[in-house]
Amino acid sequence: MTAEETATERARPEPIKAVPVRHPGRWVAVAVLAVLAAMFLHVLLTNDAFQWSFMIDHMFRPPIIDGLVRGTVLMTVSAMLIGVALGVVVAIMRLSPNPILRSVAWLYTWFFRAVPRLVLLAVFGNIGILWNRIEFGVPFDTHIGKLFGIDGLELRLFGFDSRDLLSGFMAGLLGLALSEAAYMAEIVRAGIQSVDPGQTEAAGALGMTRAQTLRRVVLPQAMRVIIPPTGNETIAMLKDTSLLMYVPVSMELFFQLDAVGKRTFQIFPMYVAACLWYLLLTSVLLVGQYFLERHFGRGYGRTGPARFRLRGAAPAGDGGGARDTEAIP
Amino acid sequence: MTGATIPAQAARPAAAPKVMVRAENVHKSYGHVEVLRGVDLEVRSGEVCCVLGPSGSGKSTFLRCINHLEKINAGRIWVDGELIGYRERGGKLYELREKEVVAQRRSIGMVFQRFNLFPHMTVLENVIEAPVRVRREPRAVARERGVELLDRVGLAAKLDAYPGQLSGGQQQRVAIARALAMQPKVMLFDEPTSALDPELVGEVLDVMKGLARDGMTMIVVTHEIGFAREVGDLLVFMDGGVVVESGPPREVIASPRHARTRAFLAKVL
Repeated sequence: MTAEETATERARPEPIKAVPVRHPGRWVAVAVLAVLAAMFLHVLLTNDAFQWSFMIDHMFRPPIIDGLVRGTVLMTVSAMLIGVALGVVVAIMRLSPNPILRSVAWLYTWFFRAVPRLVLLAVFGNIGILWNRIEFGVPFDTHIGKLFGIDGLELRLFGFDSRDLLSGFMAGLLGLALSEAAYMAEIVRAGIQSVDPGQTEAAGALGMTRAQTLRRVVLPQAMRVIIPPTGNETIAMLKDTSLLMYVPVSMELFFQLDAVGKRTFQIFPMYVAACLWYLLLTSVLLVGQYFLERHFGRGYGRTGPARFRLRGAAPAGDGGGARDTEAIP
Repeated sequence: MTGATIPAQAARPAAAPKVMVRAENVHKSYGHVEVLRGVDLEVRSGEVCCVLGPSGSGKSTFLRCINHLEKINAGRIWVDGELIGYRERGGKLYELREKEVVAQRRSIGMVFQRFNLFPHMTVLENVIEAPVRVRREPRAVARERGVELLDRVGLAAKLDAYPGQLSGGQQQRVAIARALAMQPKVMLFDEPTSALDPELVGEVLDVMKGLARDGMTMIVVTHEIGFAREVGDLLVFMDGGVVVESGPPREVIASPRHARTRAFLAKVL
């Protein structure tokens, strides 16, 4: 007690005033970067190949905006929706105690992660060559018919012309969504595995089934780990929609910009326009990702925001009273 | 609980109450390591059984076998006369389906060393989750009983707090309330105070003493000799995967018959 008192009574020493460490290297770096930036600006402003006025005139034309909205943006959203949903399913299959589901999931992720997206899209764009029509019904019906001596037995419910179903947008969507599902499956799996096994045990001890445990206990906690890489995947997906050119899908931003460039023999300015468009779009997504991460990082006991909530919490009403404020390790 | 059993509250009736948990020659191994090498145990309804032993003696593993969190390799375990994890028919054992295993666990409450509360749910949500999802109780009913249980463990003021905002002792008391919400026939405690700061141990033990007084059948793996002596009806000392010695706690603690028990008690007392 007395030692404490004397400690508070002692005069506070003069604050430290020391000469800070010098960083001459930083000034050199600034000088070098300034020169490089000046050179870059100089090229931008003086080189005629940029054709700035032509570019600005053409990059907002209706077909390009159309391709942006109904191609790039719509494709990104739908491919991610399917990709995330299917990815969760594949991840759960991969972690299932059922060895058949496990191997199917493994095979799926192996295939779709091993084939480059560009190649995958080219394949899906031409997959219509395998069938003229895609029909749903009893598999191997004609073969079964032959076994029983019936020629041309057809047990089909409905079908589509494959050129309608599997070309352009649908083929592109299928390629991007299926490939995305494989990457999302790995992300979701990592998220699920990051949750303390004690959580599953506690839920099991309470009599919850595997499905209930997953839905109510494990997945909500895995979200914190799943969300940030999913944001990255969305940004990557937005950029990868430019690969749709190889399906080919014409209603798409890069295809349209490229077409204008080729038609007007001003290819380079339109490629610069593409850079600017993608920069703008991904920047919007980056802002969205920031807020999403902030939202999902919340409410998790030991992280920052919970401390603030604790300070505002009502005074403890139980025996633990005084200890409550130091509850957080 | 149910009227089917002899009223346990009636302060130890003259006729011995029925056996609640029975283990017979239980073996468990992980690969080549044999953790349990023939454990026998009999706990009667309303009894508090404390399991003591050095770490690695298999006491936690044994506890986890009782609600089938671990599959046993040999032997049998019955809870309230029901064989755990298997069905025996015509001298043959059939593994139970997930649904059946889960149904058995409903009547076996468990409290873990590290609490294992659900961090994304509030205290009350933690307590009513299983009654609502598993027992399909109406939310209002579950809520009412949840509040009652949390009041019983002294946490009525913390209903809407998240586990991360509570001290270890408070979290463990929530965990006890969560297990009680399923109205179990038996409660298993796996070193419930081992992860707590010494000053928080008392509040958890007090709740457990209250439970014992109310006639709950309890199996407690613990290092709290004082608790075992005061509350326990039966003390089991395990070492090397077998029960070395068992009996009334006061007798075993005061005059252990076995050398290993003596050596262990000499170290912890």
